[in-house]
Amino acid sequence: MLKGKTALVTGASRGIGRAIALKFAEEGADIAVLYAGNAEKAREVAAKAAEYGVKAQAFQCDVSDFAAAAQTVDAVKNAFGTIDILVNNAGITKDGLVMSMKEEAFDSVIATNLKGAFNMIRHCTPVFVRRRSGRIINISSVAGLLGNPGQANYAASKAGLVGLTKSVARELASRGITCNAIAPGFIQTDMTENITQDNPLMSRIPLGRVGQPEEVAALAAFLASDAAGYITGEVIRVDGGLAM
Amino acid sequence: MILEKIANLIEEHTGCDAASIKEDTTFESLGIDSLDTVEMVMQLEEELGIEIELEEKMSTVGELAKFIEAKMG
Repeated sequence: MLKGKTALVTGASRGIGRAIALKFAEEGADIAVLYAGNAEKAREVAAKAAEYGVKAQAFQCDVSDFAAAAQTVDAVKNAFGTIDILVNNAGITKDGLVMSMKEEAFDSVIATNLKGAFNMIRHCTPVFVRRRSGRIINISSVAGLLGNPGQANYAASKAGLVGLTKSVARELASRGITCNAIAPGFIQTDMTENITQDNPLMSRIPLGRVGQPEEVAALAAFLASDAAGYITGEVIRVDGGLAM
Repeated sequence: MILEKIANLIEEHTGCDAASIKEDTTFESLGIDSLDTVEMVMQLEEELGIEIELEEKMSTVGELAKFIEAKMG
């Protein structure tokens, strides 16, 4: 489905990003595995992706840093020749009640989750515009659609991604570039390890279970493919029905 | 000289004759939108080896040429 494409996936050393990188590789795309801190895990993902016979390489990048994002996009372009698909998945949480939330907790979550996506879009779109094609997929969250107590910072960043997605979609549609968001619900990853099966939230999920990263990756692969060429500015939930 | 460069870029982009492009030719009349303008500016940045931050909307070819000439000093 993605043969001959080059994809850049942020936050790809684990969780949903890892699953997306591996799914894209399985579908034939060359993969730039971006990671913030876990070099070993990122290299593992790249090695596993390469088993599908594609080119895969790990790149360290703090996406919240505008200049670092530019350098990394350049490095990926040099290593792979071009970029066709950008997946903004890198995300952090610093949960706390809004009444007692530290300024730093708010700022840093917005910086990585929202500004990080802007930074990558900012530096990848000149490539996309010139080629008159490109796919941007932003990983939002149902927290951004519904809000979530204790996650004012995270939910704000994820709701911000929805506005970013729709604006970029409108701005670049005339150049054959699509931009969509995926809003996962409770997906089994390191980030959600504290949410267990007996959590009251579970009873609110119509499908009655947490989701798997691969279930998000399947949609990302579709949105990245030529088959999804007429879908842009859309936010698609992968949440077992939680936010409907 | 910059005007000429821009005219050539416009010719590349739109296929219209570079010689017909004057200072007071508007981008709108050439069917060039703001995205095209940014794209051409990025190309000029590469060719000229300078950084151009477009702070205002340029409506004519001459305005853009003047702006870039000022940046080049």
